Amino acid sequence: MSIDMEQFHQVFFEESLEGLDVMESSLMELQEGEADDEVVNSIFRAAHSIKGGSATFGFTAVAEFTHVLETLLDEVRQGTRNITVEMIDLLLQSVDCLRDQMSALEQGESADSDQSRTLKDSFQRILDNNPADTAASSETAADTPEKSQPIQGWSISFKPELEIVQSGNEPIRMFRELAQLGSVDTIAHLEALPDFGSLASENCYLNWDLTLRGKDITEAQVREVFEWVEDECELTLTPIIGDFVSVDDEPTADSASEIVSSPAQTEPAQAEQVEAETEQVAEDKPVVLEEVKTSEPSDKSDKSGSFSKRESASIRVGVDKIDELINTVGELVITQSMLSAVGEDFKMDQLSRLQEGLNQLSQNTRELQESVMRIRMLPISFSFNRYPRMIRDLSKKLDKQVELVMVGEQTELDKTVLEKIGDPLTHLVRNSMDHGIETPAERLAAGKSESGTITLKASHQGGNIVIEIIDDGKGLDRERILEKAIEKGLQEPGDRLTDEQIYQLIFKPGFSTATEVSDVSGRGVGMDVVRRNIHELGGHINISSTQGEGSNITIRLPLTLAILDGQLARVADQIFVFPLVSIIESLEMRGVEVGKAAGGCDLIKLRDEYIPVVYLTEVFGISDQPVILDESLLVVVESNNEKIGVVIDDLLSQQQIVIKSLEENYLKVEGISGATILGDGHVALIADIGELIQLSGVTHLNRMLAGSVTPADPQAA
Amino acid sequence: MNTVETAETETETNALLQHGEHGLDQYLTFVMEDDEYGVDILCVQEIRGWEDTTPIPNAPDFVKGVINLRGTIVPIIDIRQCFNMAEATYGPLTVVIVLRADHDSGSRTIGIVVDAVSDVHSFAEADLHNPPSLGESLNTSYIKGLAQAGTNMVILLNIDKALNFDELQGFVEETVIE
Repeated sequence: MSIDMEQFHQVFFEESLEGLDVMESSLMELQEGEADDEVVNSIFRAAHSIKGGSATFGFTAVAEFTHVLETLLDEVRQGTRNITVEMIDLLLQSVDCLRDQMSALEQGESADSDQSRTLKDSFQRILDNNPADTAASSETAADTPEKSQPIQGWSISFKPELEIVQSGNEPIRMFRELAQLGSVDTIAHLEALPDFGSLASENCYLNWDLTLRGKDITEAQVREVFEWVEDECELTLTPIIGDFVSVDDEPTADSASEIVSSPAQTEPAQAEQVEAETEQVAEDKPVVLEEVKTSEPSDKSDKSGSFSKRESASIRVGVDKIDELINTVGELVITQSMLSAVGEDFKMDQLSRLQEGLNQLSQNTRELQESVMRIRMLPISFSFNRYPRMIRDLSKKLDKQVELVMVGEQTELDKTVLEKIGDPLTHLVRNSMDHGIETPAERLAAGKSESGTITLKASHQGGNIVIEIIDDGKGLDRERILEKAIEKGLQEPGDRLTDEQIYQLIFKPGFSTATEVSDVSGRGVGMDVVRRNIHELGGHINISSTQGEGSNITIRLPLTLAILDGQLARVADQIFVFPLVSIIESLEMRGVEVGKAAGGCDLIKLRDEYIPVVYLTEVFGISDQPVILDESLLVVVESNNEKIGVVIDDLLSQQQIVIKSLEENYLKVEGISGATILGDGHVALIADIGELIQLSGVTHLNRMLAGSVTPADPQAA
Repeated sequence: MNTVETAETETETNALLQHGEHGLDQYLTFVMEDDEYGVDILCVQEIRGWEDTTPIPNAPDFVKGVINLRGTIVPIIDIRQCFNMAEATYGPLTVVIVLRADHDSGSRTIGIVVDAVSDVHSFAEADLHNPPSLGESLNTSYIKGLAQAGTNMVILLNIDKALNFDELQGFVEETVIE
């Protein structure tokens, strides 16, 4: 009976991706100091297990690729080779490449990519220990990390020494072996053949030009064929890249078979020696790239993002967390049996025992809930870990010196939140790099140290997690932001704005102050998306900045999405839940003066602020009964730095509520973020403060349009 | 191997259910204002009594609100109001049929309020008559067909269409603006 290997694939992918993460972070460590044995070992181990796994599951492309990698790492590990910056670059690229391969495999596609082949060749050249080649190849690879060079085959010039046959090597066998890699055209050169009289039967006078055609052949594979005769022959390998002569409509499929139908085309290349080989690769590159672009445009665009989104479907949980869960469940079982014993033959004198049992049950339930939630909690380092690499790449690209400091990486937050916060954070870090930190020259001129610092800080504050991105760059330019916002029509000129309000402008869609659009940032999409993403998670984002000294972006997120602390409030005969985090204060309406602003908005003056008043009965169309303000309460809520006062009838209890989706079986309801089930089994709707603020604006606008006489009067509604 | 076999058996059972014993489809019928309506019995999840709902803000009139169905939030609609009939009085004897309706991106569980559940009938595909075209005054796309059960005419509803909130969305938005 055969075992279905596919059931293990997912595990392999996950493990490999984890291994790649380890490789990446270890490679980043290598960057900073001397090759530490432990670090090199851990990189080696990761590569080794990926190789082993992929070979087991028959992913030969990955296995072959990692094999080369592993060979190189092994030499480093044994100290026979020093690790160079080029090598680290290449290794980091291979990590990216392997990630791509994994996701390709996961989607059931072939893992063999041109990128992997190029990288593999580069490694092979390093391994061949030819210093000139190493430099040249790493250069080409570094120049075009994401570009591919479709190798369509090899033209091989094979000039054996006279005695080759005497050592037991038969060229024909080698050619047969070559033929297994692809189709082979062979041209024998008879020029060296002496007169019949002087012909020694044991000598080989022939030399050959071979053209090997096939898509996935690596130099290593070809060299392997000639492995035994390497010292006894003159061997020149020239890759056939693309089809320059006969570019067809379908270059990928046809060129492989059509390419070099006459050997004359490759003859100039054959005259070149090994040194020229890499040069030629470099020279031909533009042509190749053009061809690739036209033939595989979709392929290119896919690779543009180096960190592809991946949300793994399983999580690793520490054994201690599981043990804790089992303990809690054990206690729950005990409580349950105790309670059922009480219930079996209940007399009134057992009431205290029953109450005690119920108390215990509620405690157990709370503990159980907490430990289950804790299973979903992961340290934020899962998200932070990608930034050292990103900063390293970006500082090269932007020519800036940046040091990354991470504080509180062990802060835990819900897995869903963690996955969704990744992209916004990346964007913010990029922004800090691009706009915040100055070039070393500018920094020196401003009297700062040459290298800038970006600090990523995570901490718990109450039921929230706070993530800060702090840079010591030039800070936000108040005037320029305002200028730009006015120019783009996002802001009316002449308004007096606080710093806070100005900083909020950069979150408006279409805003960008970057004078030129770089590929790092500056397209004006982004900050609004960042804010939207954070809002979707129920979080807030704030910016503070001092010009010339740096800026500080603070993100505040709820620890989890599934449960929130809610304040129950009654409006007419309905119960609504307000997220406790958004409530600032509650006050009685009795004696509070409600003013009316132009445009039909009710306002109250709360200390030194004017706060618009929203009537839920009206916004949600609950009842036509006039609101008696003297008997009402006002809940002041805040979202996104805007405050509104919501008029309600009564405040009920505060409790933790489990958020249920309303959209699953119905539709998205404006002003409502979801539903929950109360203790009595009834459904209560959860107010979405952000939307409520917008909705109240819309209602006022509608009433104005409708030409209502007393638009602000709730009694008239 | 075992899992594959189970899956096959399941498919067979489903096929058997779907086509009834003699290539017939089974319909659960219910009464609303003396008319008999039918829904595909495979869509029916359960039949339960009326319970108080939590109203949804700014929802159209026929959406009575949501209930807690064992931890899931399920909207209840009064199908009478969809068909321009008078609103029913709701009491413990009012019947709610919980249905599973497919839409473009999945399926929804929705409860419909009816006067009473009537019977289970089997109809063959050939027994179904197309509803007469009634011009633009009435949208007949919710009707799968008409069938005869004894002396009664049964109006068979196309649940996926009739309970499609995405189609009703336009209606919802209009209501909000009003």
